[in-house]
Formats: sequence, structure tokens, C-alpha cells
Amino acid sequence: MDDMLENWDLVLQAFWLTIQLAVLSGLCSLVLGTVLAAMRVGPIALLRGVATTYVTLVRNTPLLIVFIFVFVAAPNLGWFVSTPFLVKGVIAVSVYTSAFVCEAIRSGVNAVQLGQAEAARAIGLTFAQTMSAVVLPQAFRAVVPPMASVLIAMTKNTSIAAVFGLMELTGRMRYFTNNSADDTAIFLVFAALYIVLVEAISAGAIGLERRWRVAR
Amino acid sequence: MRHIRRAQAAAVALVLAAALAACGDAGDDDDSGTDVDVAEGAADDFDDGTRMKELADSGKVVIGVKFDQPGIGFKGATDSMPQGLDPEIGKILAADLGIAPEDITWKETISDNREPFIQGGQVDLVIASYSITDERRAVVGQAGPYYVTGQQLLVRSDSDIDSLDDVKGTEVCSVTGSTSLENIEAEGAKPRGFDTYSECVDQVLNGTVDAMTTDGAILLGYAAQNPDQLKVVVEPFSEERYGVGYSLDHPEMCEWITDTIEDAYEDGAWAAAFEATLGQSGVDTPEPPAMDECPAD
Repeated sequence: MDDMLENWDLVLQAFWLTIQLAVLSGLCSLVLGTVLAAMRVGPIALLRGVATTYVTLVRNTPLLIVFIFVFVAAPNLGWFVSTPFLVKGVIAVSVYTSAFVCEAIRSGVNAVQLGQAEAARAIGLTFAQTMSAVVLPQAFRAVVPPMASVLIAMTKNTSIAAVFGLMELTGRMRYFTNNSADDTAIFLVFAALYIVLVEAISAGAIGLERRWRVAR
Repeated sequence: MRHIRRAQAAAVALVLAAALAACGDAGDDDDSGTDVDVAEGAADDFDDGTRMKELADSGKVVIGVKFDQPGIGFKGATDSMPQGLDPEIGKILAADLGIAPEDITWKETISDNREPFIQGGQVDLVIASYSITDERRAVVGQAGPYYVTGQQLLVRSDSDIDSLDDVKGTEVCSVTGSTSLENIEAEGAKPRGFDTYSECVDQVLNGTVDAMTTDGAILLGYAAQNPDQLKVVVEPFSEERYGVGYSLDHPEMCEWITDTIEDAYEDGAWAAAFEATLGQSGVDTPEPPAMDECPAD
């Protein structure tokens, strides 16, 4: 415990790395997941097939295996050898999370009545315009609660990076617990830091829900 | 369904590939090691109520060792028993209890779960390159040392890293939460923690990190497996004294462990164990280290 308080800067560095991992992975997953969802509901059969295969493959693969592929298997084949560790971590988490983001958004798209899309097409909007101006804005509202769950799970999932070269919160926690006989206090402090992140996401989701409810 | 099968096949293939990669380097995989003299009627040698008596009576003992450190404690996927100095010490201790090597249950312990395994009673002894430290002695018992080594660096043969000063700013791999990783971070290297040492060796071989660090004894084992690609550099910059972990609930085990290992020093069993394991990498058998006094009850 004293060891941890004396080295509080190390804890903050680890906290910052976890935030970087979570924010960057969150942004990448949201973008990639939205593109995948558009592919899955879109009119082009080939893209539908690609997106469906991606979601099925990734959702059936444990995150640990995705990490092993990016951090161990790929470098053994000569890929990602000089890629920074943070980038590899963001790739692993985003590859995994985007499949779940895609499905959450797709459920939101399915919740938008078909008549909306038909009306949009009837007034001459293209598929891209229909999606971006009519369907997705309504879909995003419906997906705020499940999306918050996906992002919260993702934030906690970043802890797997602790055993893949990234000294984030969990890695730093194990650094302190290695030398300590009083692990409980250390666990509690690091748990509290994760709770801060998770609560920030929850608060953001509640804020969005409230704002969009007024707009509707 | 087809997609699901494909995904499963991919996952299985990946796991198999990882398993194959892990055991591909197993080295000599027949049960070499040394033979031990199993004490007969050993149960009578111990006082009632001691943990040794209980173990000798039951005829079984669970020993935690490393499975991924060639020379120290290594078990390939197809091996029936782990090989290395630590399992040899385990066999010597079990033999003193009248327990034959084939009756020992070997359990894999990694750096992080050694204390919980001892405290929770999942293992009776931990002999897993387990450095003696004051912090650890506060929560578990550690008898020894039966071997002394020091932290060094394992680098690719073409590496420029030659002294400890060269590691500043480089990426150095070790096991997450290990003391080695802590020490190298203090030297100014970027710590890269992985789950196992074998993953670190991979990271060094494929060029992702500049070096890996842990006890020299472990590094020598890996270097011996890949003599053309890897080398061990830098004078040892720490002292790691390997001890045998036992539960503080059974303080009487300390005297027994210490006496049994000291006997093995004298009758040559320790030297034979060293030669059959770490000695294979070409190092001379060192003088066995003096054992610590056991704490007074």
C-alpha cells in the first residue's frame, strides 16, 4: 500500500494508458462497427456476406485468442513487428469490439420502421443518404443503452493487454501486488479506477439518452 | 452453421498451432533426469502431527513447478513428467517421505499464483524458480536457497546490447508482475510484461522486443535451445536465491526441507540433479549454496 502511494505517478501513467486504450479502441470500434452494420443491412450481397462472416468469426473467437493472434502469431509471421504496442492493443480490442458494435447498431436499424426507409427512397434519397439522414440517426437513439454495455465491457476487456506488453492498470496492479502482503487495499484502489471509467461511460450514455429524448 | 464450424476450425487450428509451437522446442523429451532412492518406511521417521508424517502416510504429495522454463522446470505437451532442476529437487524431497517419483502430482504454478496455491493448499510444496524475498516470507514459508542465480538479459545473436547501460529506452520483455520486470524498469527500459517466459522468447526471436530478462539460469536454458539465434549477455545484476515454498501453517516443514537438501549436497544427489538439467547447457556445476537458518517457531 505505501509502495503504491509513493509510486502514485506509476499508477496515474497506467490509468492514462488504460484511458488511451479504451478511448482509441472505442472510437475505432464505433467507426468500424457502424461500417459493418451498414454493410450488413445494405443492398450489396457481397458486402453483406463479408460483414456477416466477420461478425460470426470474431464473435466466436475469445478475446484472448485475438490478442495472441495480434501479439504473438502475427509477429512470428513477420507482421506488426515494429508496430507500437499501444497500436497493436487498439487493433486487438477494436477487431473484437466492432463485431458487437455492429450487432448493436443493426438491432437499432431493425427497430426503425421499414416505412421510414421506403419513404426516404421514394423521395429520391440514395442508400447512403437514407442511412445517414434517416435511418441511422433514429437507430443510434435506440442503441444507446446496449452500446453503453458494449463499451463498458470493452473498457474492462482492455485489462487483457496487461499480459501483452502494455503496462496498463491491471499490469501495474500486478506490479504492486507482487511485492505486497496486503493485496486487498491495492485491489480496491485499482477497482475504483476502473469504476471511474465505467461510470463515465454510463453518465455519457444517460446524458445522450436525455438529450435525444428532448429532440424527439 | 457453416460459418460457425469455420470459426471453430480456425480457433482450434490457432490453439493447436500455439500448442505445437510451445512443445516443438522441447529438446530431449524422454524421461531423463536422475534416479532417486526412495526411503522405505519413511512414515516412521517423522513425529505424529507433523505435515511430513501426514504426507508420508498418504503416500502422495502435490508439488508446484514451472512448466515453461527449460532446465529449471519444463513439461512438453506429451511429457509425462516435468524436467529440470526444480522437479529433481522435488523428487529428492518426496523420496525422503517414501514417495516414488511416479506418485508425485506435478502442478503447474506460474509466478503470480505461487502464494495463493500454497495458502489455499492446492500444492504442498512450490519449487518453481521461487526467489526468496522478505515480502514473500511474510505470507509463505521459503526454505533454502538450493540454488543461486542472478538476473541477466537474453538477446538476439546480432544484438548491440552488451551492458546494462544499453537497455535504456529499449523494450525488454519479462513476466507481468515479476521482480525481474520491476528491476529492468528501474534501469530505464520499457517494460513489456507477458504471461509466460516462452512468449517472451518468441517476442525476442521475432524482433518485437529488444531483449528479455529474468534469472540467468532460465535464460541459459532458452539460449541452449536456440544457440544460433540467441545469447545471454550482461553480468548478473541481481541475486536470486531459489527456495522451496511451503505453507506457514506447517512451520515444521522448514527443518525437514533444509536437512533433506543438505543431505543431497553431501551424498552427491544435488550435483547429479544439476548435471542432468542446467548442466546440460555447458555450465560447470557450482558449489551448492549455504542454506538459511529456519525461523524459530
